[in-house]
Amino acid sequence: MTRQSTLSPDTAVYRKTVPAGDYWIHVVKAGQVFRIVDLEGNQAADTLFYNAADPAERYSAIDTIREQRNVYLGVGTRLMSTAGNAMLEIVADTVGRHDTLGGACSTESNTVRYALEKKCMHACRDSYLLAVAEHEEFGLTKRDITHNINFFMNVPVTPEGGLTFADGLSGPGQYVEMRACMDVIVLISNCPQLNNPCNAYDPTPIEVVVWDAAA
Amino acid sequence: MATVRSDLLYQDEIDGGKHWSFTLRRGTVLRLIDREGGANVGMLFYNPANLLERYNAPDTLKCQYTFKLTAGHCLYSDMGRVFCSIVDDTAGWHDTVCGNSTKSMVAERWGRRSYQEYRNDWTQNGHDSFLVEAAKYGLGRRDLAANVNWFSKVRTEQDGTLVFDPEGARAGAHVDLRFDMDTLVLFHTCPHPMNPAAEYPRKPVSYELHRGDPAAENDPCRTSRPENGRGFANNHLYHLCG
Ligand SMILES: [Zn+2]
Repeated sequence: MTRQSTLSPDTAVYRKTVPAGDYWIHVVKAGQVFRIVDLEGNQAADTLFYNAADPAERYSAIDTIREQRNVYLGVGTRLMSTAGNAMLEIVADTVGRHDTLGGACSTESNTVRYALEKKCMHACRDSYLLAVAEHEEFGLTKRDITHNINFFMNVPVTPEGGLTFADGLSGPGQYVEMRACMDVIVLISNCPQLNNPCNAYDPTPIEVVVWDAAA
Repeated sequence: MATVRSDLLYQDEIDGGKHWSFTLRRGTVLRLIDREGGANVGMLFYNPANLLERYNAPDTLKCQYTFKLTAGHCLYSDMGRVFCSIVDDTAGWHDTVCGNSTKSMVAERWGRRSYQEYRNDWTQNGHDSFLVEAAKYGLGRRDLAANVNWFSKVRTEQDGTLVFDPEGARAGAHVDLRFDMDTLVLFHTCPHPMNPAAEYPRKPVSYELHRGDPAAENDPCRTSRPENGRGFANNHLYHLCG
């Protein structure tokens, strides 16, 4: 299912383009609406959320999957925390499906997935680790880098228990939008993956946009 | 799949709704047995030499293009290494994406049973069980991750809907885990969070420790996918470096 947003970027309080391979860390306040735009298509935005008041409470892929009884994320999905609270709710989405099973790429998992020689290629978990190291004010470390969302990724599960990596459903200008239910720290790694045909081996920028509650 | 167990070193039983932990040395095989059918064993894995290295369900699933865990699969750490591999499995499908039961979930489904009133027949939950075991090693809320639920089958329909399948849990089923690294294992026998049973399912689990053979070059877990060959290569380098 897809749903267009009624919000215009002209009324946004914040806009930023995040190049492929960079991270973005930012607090989104309760009631604010947060949009991620896939500017050129088939990009993966690997995203983590933390309760800004208590970062030990964070996005939980397993609680989100189980509580909505579905492995895919889309309009109406409430993104659940490790303490069973809704952190954000997806309110608009032009793509229709997002992944939260596949996790973020890392140099180590690249050695396993692709080839041992890929070990020094830039990966999402490098971006996460740099983000927490450069932003000590949030009190996050490697132990906080957990099971994330891959916005714009399509990872279908088969009834027999297989996991497949399909071509993305996204395209240039597609977006996903969510309303924050609490103040959240958002940590995005805009995936630098060069080994995965999902993005045609061409990682591209995303845009992040925030609107105030009244917008 | 060929057995890799030899001597039986230890055996024990844990009632339903309990928790425990231990460090298993490389080369040990842990056999879990669902005694009555319908058991659930929630489990988490850490490297005792570096507790920041822990079980990573997403890497485990995507490296092996699987949603379920069964014989031939390896369980990966976030560092691209294999904590353990499933060398035998008569259950056929184990879950690693549905997480844990919590205090409120158990109370909602099966009523609240306090320790004060029921002593050891209280209704413990998986989340609190992990917190207790994790704290014994200096770990806390921030260190919990997606866990394995042994003996619990959760499949998906075409549209991604999750279905808990009680048919997956048969009395006497076992799963054998060969540890390919020294591993801190936290586990509990609390119900799967999607278990629809009318009563709090209090299912006992037996476990055995065996001496095992290390993974040979033609080991079925090592050769089941080219990815796993590379995972074992990462283990090899790790052990070379001490
Ligand atoms: Zn990535």
